[in-house]
Amino acid sequence: MTIAFDRRRFLAATAGAASLPLLGRALQAADPLKVGFIYVGPIGDFGWTHAHEMARQKMQSELGDAVKTSYVENVPEGPDAERVLRQLAQGGNKLIFATSFGFMNAAVKAAKQFPKVKFEHATGYKRGPNLATYNARFYHGRAVCGTIAGMMSKSGVGGYLASFPIPEVVMGINTFTLAAQKVNPKFKVRVLWLSTWYDPAKEADGAKALLDQGCDIISQHTDSPAALQACQERGAFGFGQASDMSSVAPKAQLTAIMDNWAPYYTMRAKEAIAGTWKTGNTWWGLKEGLTQMAPYGAMVPDNVRKAADATKNAIIAGTLNPITGPVKDNKGVERLKPGVGITDAELEKMDWYVEGVQS
Amino acid sequence: MPFKLEPRREPNRTMLYASPVIAVALTALAGLLFFAALGYNGTLAIYDILILPVIDATHWIDLGVKAAPLVTIAIGLAIGFRANVWNIGAEGQYVMGAIAGTGVALHAGGTEGAWALPVMCLAGALGGALWAAIPALLRARLKVSEILTSLMLSYVAIQVLYFLVRGPWRDPEGFNFPQTRSFTDVESMPILIDGTRLHLGIPIAVLIAMAVWVVMSRTLVGFELRVSGLAPNAARYAGFREQRTVWLALLVSGGLAGLAGIFEAAGPFGQITPNFPTGYGFTAIVVAFLGRLNPLGILIGGVVLAVSFVGGELAETSVGLPSAAIGLFQATLLFLLLGVDMLVWYRIRRIAPAIAPSAAPAVVRSAS
Repeated sequence: MTIAFDRRRFLAATAGAASLPLLGRALQAADPLKVGFIYVGPIGDFGWTHAHEMARQKMQSELGDAVKTSYVENVPEGPDAERVLRQLAQGGNKLIFATSFGFMNAAVKAAKQFPKVKFEHATGYKRGPNLATYNARFYHGRAVCGTIAGMMSKSGVGGYLASFPIPEVVMGINTFTLAAQKVNPKFKVRVLWLSTWYDPAKEADGAKALLDQGCDIISQHTDSPAALQACQERGAFGFGQASDMSSVAPKAQLTAIMDNWAPYYTMRAKEAIAGTWKTGNTWWGLKEGLTQMAPYGAMVPDNVRKAADATKNAIIAGTLNPITGPVKDNKGVERLKPGVGITDAELEKMDWYVEGVQS
Repeated sequence: MPFKLEPRREPNRTMLYASPVIAVALTALAGLLFFAALGYNGTLAIYDILILPVIDATHWIDLGVKAAPLVTIAIGLAIGFRANVWNIGAEGQYVMGAIAGTGVALHAGGTEGAWALPVMCLAGALGGALWAAIPALLRARLKVSEILTSLMLSYVAIQVLYFLVRGPWRDPEGFNFPQTRSFTDVESMPILIDGTRLHLGIPIAVLIAMAVWVVMSRTLVGFELRVSGLAPNAARYAGFREQRTVWLALLVSGGLAGLAGIFEAAGPFGQITPNFPTGYGFTAIVVAFLGRLNPLGILIGGVVLAVSFVGGELAETSVGLPSAAIGLFQATLLFLLLGVDMLVWYRIRRIAPAIAPSAAPAVVRSAS
């Protein structure tokens, strides 16, 4: 049988065969490693998905002919994701990145069906022999933002647009609040739950509602720059999320927590090519450069920049655990004794809020 | 306007069947030009969207998985639409069906056996029917428009789901993530071919289509429903009660939507998450009309929509089309399907411009 290199003709030729034989298709040594990505939002969201897309492009340009990447955007979290993952695997992708929490069960199912394909799931907690997880320590960035908010807020009340009360989001709220309280012990944080990762209209409305309630600095754990735009209209400040959003709201963005997935993607693709890829869980932060801070906005004064830099550098140096006791939760229960830093295991199942959080 | 639409006395029978084919061909042409203008390989894109999912057997099951809930819901809706009962809230009944079925699974206390799934499905259908009973009661007793009530109850159902997955039904081992625990094997829709996603809900959707087709075209109940829609006065004269029609149409369409909901939850989803309401209940309205409110037509309509979804994703990876361009393509397809259809039933007539000075005699008359 002649091997058609065109995927389309190849698939057509094997029409009627079950999906599994496609896995056995031997790739010649010179063939590039096909790497697939599925995104939960559009690549133009200026936030979460945008950051993954930038990293994909960077990986592609760094590894050149060694990899061939493709992506599917706007994939709903649920059965649709499983179908797309299967399609990518059937299409010859050997390394597939599922870049949203809600793709977890789809990734688990697809990984079982395609044991020779390596799957990587961002922010999840289920792993398998060919399913690794990876995440960034975004809460590192929250500590820097909290320092700035504590120093720059006049009302002493910060607003926080949150998506879902999962540990990832909860630890961000707590880190932000604690860092701000280090500067201003009376600092309070109002949390508004939006039940979505990406809905610009809802995000803008939420930001306005928080501003109306007396918050003067807005943090967000949602993906679009709509909240920052709303801040800019009102003359308030906020923080960008996932990508540098200063181009959209230059007068409002104090700084942004940027996700820089490129080093991880490039490393994993190289390992897959070399045959050294292994499953596992990667959780990198400011030190490894997976979490980065955008340049400070022009409105951030020098003393604030210095304090923010000090927080950042201490985390990078490993001398500061942003959640260190004494910490009480907002029901008055002592959670961490003085001087005790929180562990990764505790962070990964965090479901309580520190004192000063109103949610 | 010098043109007007005029109903044809008798639509051309050949054209009646050819119209979907013409519409798809026109869409392909429009897409080809549109994608090429955007700088993509238009031919390849069209091939991937429209043809590859149909000719490549590896995608057939994907089509079935996507089409099954759409078809199941649309068949129920079509029954109502034919009887002039406008259930726009299938999304809510779909969600309520899933909630009711999941409730059975979660409260069976881990002692469940082979009866689990059938009881869940029964509860799902009941849940959907009960949710549709609210607009039915309001319409039958108080003459409140079921269009509004059924639609608005959808949003209520979605909020109930949010409440349950975040609160009482949250998986205790799920790290606070808003989702129910995964269904066990006895609570899940059986997979018919190992290693695929072919679940029992797909053949059931086909069976439902055939059964409803028989009922609608061959039984008195079907006749009653059709007459109520076509000629309400004749239906009353024949002794068919309007209230009965309203109840029947809403309960059946709600029940089928609920059944689709629990099939989807216990099938492809495997649990309930906040992402469960994916808009199938609304897309099914489009499918119902694509299938011309005929159960067998709806089967085809569901597959056509599924093709555009599955093929769209293929084109995203192969040609690199942005998903917005695919959305546009799907919209073009629906637009042309309905547009061509209209030209089969109506003709465009040029009408001579009206003679202008018609106001003058009126003035004269009023003066006299």
